[in-house]
Amino acid sequence: MSVSLSLKVNGKSVTADVDARTLLVDFLRTNLALTGTHVGCDTAQCGACTVHMDGHAVKACNILAVQANGTEVVTIEGLAAEDGTLHPMQAAFKECHGLQCGFCTTGMVMSAIDLVARHPGADEATIREQLEGNICRCTGYHNIVRAVQQGATAMAK
Amino acid sequence: MGANEPGVIGQSVRRKEDLRFITGAGQFTDDVNMVRQTQGVFLRSPHAHATIRSIDLAKAKAAPGVVAIFTGADLTGVNGLPCGWLITGTDGKPMNEPPHPVLAQGKVRYVGDQVALVIAETLHQAKDAAELIDVDYEVLPAVVNCVDALKPGAPQIHEQAPGNKCYTWALGDKAAVDAAFAKAAHISKLDIVNNRLVPNAIEPRCALASYDRAADSYTLYVSNQNPHVERLLMTAFVLGLPETKVRVIAPDVGGGFGSKIYLYGEETAMVWASKRVNRPIKWAADRSEAFVSDAHGRDHVTHAELAMDKDGKFLALRVVTNANMGAYLSTFASCIPTILYATLLAGQYTTPAIYVEVTASFTNTAPVDAYRGAGRPEATFVVERMVHQAAVDMKLPQDEIRRRNFIRTFPYATPVALTYDIGNYDATLDGANELADVKGYAARKADSEKRGKLRGIGYASYIEACGLAPSNVAGALGARAGLFEAGEVRVNPTGSVTVFTGSHSHGQGHETTFAQIVAGRLGIDIANVEVVHGDTGRIPFGMGTYGSRSLSVGGTAIVKALDKVIAKGKKIAAHLLEAAEGDIEFKDGKFTVAGTDRSKAFAEISLAAYVPHNYPLDKLEPGLDETAFYDPTNFTYPAGTHIAEVEIDPDTGVVEVKAFTAVDDFGNIINPMIVEGQVHGGVAQGIGQALLEHCVYDPESGQLLTGSYMDYAMPRADDLPSFKVGTRVTPCTHNPLGAKGCGEAGAIGAPAAIMNAVHDALSAVGVTRIDMPASPHRVWQAIQSARA
Amino acid sequence: MYSFDMHKATSLDNAAALLAQSGGKALAGGQSLIAAMKLRLAQPGALVDLSAVPEMKGIRKEGDAIVIGAMTRHAEVASSKVVKDAIPSLAALAEGIGDRQVRNMGTLGGALANNDPAACYPAAVLALNATVHTNKRQIAADAFFKGMYETALADGELITSVSFPIPKKAAYVKFVQPASRFALVGVFVAQTGSGVRVAVTGAASSVFRAKALEDALGKAFNNDAARAVKMEASGLNSDLHGSAAYRAHLIPVLAGRAVLAAG
Repeated sequence: MSVSLSLKVNGKSVTADVDARTLLVDFLRTNLALTGTHVGCDTAQCGACTVHMDGHAVKACNILAVQANGTEVVTIEGLAAEDGTLHPMQAAFKECHGLQCGFCTTGMVMSAIDLVARHPGADEATIREQLEGNICRCTGYHNIVRAVQQGATAMAK
Repeated sequence: MGANEPGVIGQSVRRKEDLRFITGAGQFTDDVNMVRQTQGVFLRSPHAHATIRSIDLAKAKAAPGVVAIFTGADLTGVNGLPCGWLITGTDGKPMNEPPHPVLAQGKVRYVGDQVALVIAETLHQAKDAAELIDVDYEVLPAVVNCVDALKPGAPQIHEQAPGNKCYTWALGDKAAVDAAFAKAAHISKLDIVNNRLVPNAIEPRCALASYDRAADSYTLYVSNQNPHVERLLMTAFVLGLPETKVRVIAPDVGGGFGSKIYLYGEETAMVWASKRVNRPIKWAADRSEAFVSDAHGRDHVTHAELAMDKDGKFLALRVVTNANMGAYLSTFASCIPTILYATLLAGQYTTPAIYVEVTASFTNTAPVDAYRGAGRPEATFVVERMVHQAAVDMKLPQDEIRRRNFIRTFPYATPVALTYDIGNYDATLDGANELADVKGYAARKADSEKRGKLRGIGYASYIEACGLAPSNVAGALGARAGLFEAGEVRVNPTGSVTVFTGSHSHGQGHETTFAQIVAGRLGIDIANVEVVHGDTGRIPFGMGTYGSRSLSVGGTAIVKALDKVIAKGKKIAAHLLEAAEGDIEFKDGKFTVAGTDRSKAFAEISLAAYVPHNYPLDKLEPGLDETAFYDPTNFTYPAGTHIAEVEIDPDTGVVEVKAFTAVDDFGNIINPMIVEGQVHGGVAQGIGQALLEHCVYDPESGQLLTGSYMDYAMPRADDLPSFKVGTRVTPCTHNPLGAKGCGEAGAIGAPAAIMNAVHDALSAVGVTRIDMPASPHRVWQAIQSARA
Repeated sequence: MYSFDMHKATSLDNAAALLAQSGGKALAGGQSLIAAMKLRLAQPGALVDLSAVPEMKGIRKEGDAIVIGAMTRHAEVASSKVVKDAIPSLAALAEGIGDRQVRNMGTLGGALANNDPAACYPAAVLALNATVHTNKRQIAADAFFKGMYETALADGELITSVSFPIPKKAAYVKFVQPASRFALVGVFVAQTGSGVRVAVTGAASSVFRAKALEDALGKAFNNDAARAVKMEASGLNSDLHGSAAYRAHLIPVLAGRAVLAAG
């Protein structure tokens, strides 16, 4: 069955007809060519597919595209300013070496921004707890935690 | 070089590759799409062991959107997947090497074994069609444990491997070991299991194969660590094609950890099929599929004995290991529990006699191959658990027993075939003791006890051998490939530099580290250096990234190419400056006539090379583009001491890692930030192995019981502490960078350090043995058994 | 994922009608359902999206109870001032479900209708003696959970809200299965108007009340009383991550910790 979608993605209005079984992540990657959102598992645990929907971090691999109908979705491609100026959290991940292979990174950054919004001033233990929904196999999380702390400080300015 | 080198070398330069990853602009294989692309899906065996009586494709072929379906029967003229290392057994015979078909031929041997490739217009259609394939299986009994597989009456997996044996292989002087045991004052013994792991790079394997009919050539995008090896094995051994007809591109790769070294059946079948359907074929593994089909790691069962004199000086080590190969020999499977394991059993110690015997067997499980550390974590686990036990038995402090046995004279020839060129094991042990604040441990332990918790501390003083080499020696030991690396330095007319390296980067930061080497050596801005890797169409050759070899081998190849560039530059400069070549010095990016102020900038020389108007054309070719192949003369030997502190809740069995300290000697360091990151990641995987991760097959059915993140415990941020890391430096003596390698150290040292700490903590309640992973359930059970 | 038809309900009656017509399944947050459909473990012919049903929204205090709409996301419960003030243990439980991203989608009604044996919410509903309101009736907690993935809900019956009586004190302690982070064992202890209630999730095929613990804590609401209780292992789950004996051991340990946390 085909369903009609109308939503905003990275500030732009998008309409499309898609198979009802299209996942949000597939819609973003395939229909909109926004391939920065990744798929790392099929049990909604790794978080590589994290995007923001109406300001909340969600796992785009575990949501039907049709569930995002009428919402505003922001992906990793929508974070930096038009002129390329990075979001403070993106900059913090680079500065703190919070990424290695880069595959989980986009979801990690999206998740981290939501984390800071919900837990401003989070300490290390809270950051570690709140990263439960994002798995990284490269960094051992050490520098990701630093990046989230630095990104949080920069976002507060 | 290193700390004394000018400019960017030795600095924590932020990574050049990061911008694309933090903005979502990275290009992983599944991000690449082609016109007229089809979707491939593999139908996989639901059984661990079965004969295929028949396959009925009629319904599936008629399903909407199906382009083609291929099974093993279609692959005429396609050979099996090769194993890259021939092990010769103690009986003098070559290992049993059964065929490893690209698609199952009449039999399936593990859950996930690929039976058919379904190609359709869309992924949904391919999956729907795959479900319509009717395979008539005759299910056979299965065996999943490497010891059980050798027992009489075990299910026979391959005709070519009677009793499921691949080989029994040995290293060392058995008679000398027996003699030492006979006169030993004390013997410590240990039985251990090195738990099976699933590598779990977060990007699942993925491939996109296409065929160009006009050129009769193929292009394969694949998530892979060494595209040239992939191409060589696929063309020369399996498909019988010239290398020129296949271009392999490994674009951004989302982690490998060993699992993406190998030539797998999936991409091989896809390349073959892309010509038959004359359309591009994309396949991206689901995580569930990755669990059953990626090559797994570890899976050893070992008994070890250590003979000591009355002072705790090691006299001899005897080790008997069973290793699980899985159902087929993966690309490097056979050398992991032999060449890369047994040779490391001397550790950092002067143990004069060592004998190790390894029996590898086939089971109805996914193939087992290298996973971060590959043999060396298993060896370190044996040695360092053994040393811990010896200290307990001899009532010696853990650091003291190590000090009593450290190697201090270099070069040092071990009784297990290696010659360590250099090291300073006291320095890393002392450094770790200091950084871990071992002096304050007693107070921390008392505090834990006050809270009803058990605290333990554990050491691991590991050694590893990186940059597997040299090729002629490895060849004599059974390697079927070379072990060099290639690098090309192409200086462009304006003096910018493009580096083509065979060392693939999938998280290691080569684009930055290699650029630092080039910028430092040539005295140019790092922004003017680009590093290209991962494409057989662009790189001269490459053996790829594995075994912590990229800097010491791949980096040295680049240095050798740079030397050629500088040598040619001197010739050009001599001409331009009207001086003798021998009088030209190259320093800080300038060619200078020694003792004068007459000089030419690097960019002037490169411009002259490409615009050779004033140029010695009669003696020198134009252009400035040099390639070097570097084959090391020896392994490098990173070493260090890791110290873990754990706290155990005896009520629940939960083990909390309170602190983890790693002080390592990686030789000279180009980028400390990247090196620390590598240590963090390795330690996390090592802690994962020790406390969380366990790949379990059902012993009866052969089903994978830990087939997703619902049951396979991946380390999360809150499972781990922040790490304390430090380094000490003894530069490698046989490469110009003085570099040793850092990628695997964490995964090598951490399991033993953690498990030694767990044993130390649990000794208070009488527990003497607990296997990895020390999960809450297992710890609680161990405590219950000890109390019973 | 298999193909299916998609409908979006605009009201409670509309949702019931669409479900009846299509024979499909209700889609709440979808965090369990879509995961199962992706793995082809569930094959509904149609989905009826409940996200726009107004009768299923909102959190409010009604007398001595907190009423939470079925489509309320876990994250909303976790951050709700109304819930945190009245039943902080319930807000804390919601904050521990799944992960942050899942909590932004998953709903109370969806979790209860699914009744995963290792889910957290059923423990709260049972221990707090909540009442499940549906489009047809009210169901007492003790009558709601019927077995593994089974509830008292009839075909086409939809949870609209859940009414949680405010306890005197309560706490939930979850011991996670290390891989899934679901409850290997979770124990919710509540001192309610009708005595101490202890609900256990993760340990058996469905959430259940631990009578022995209730009796012991009814007499003395302290850690020692909980720890003195011996739970029977028979009937409890046994798997890779924990034997029945381990789970039986953990129940009083966690109950004791919950008592301490309840203050």
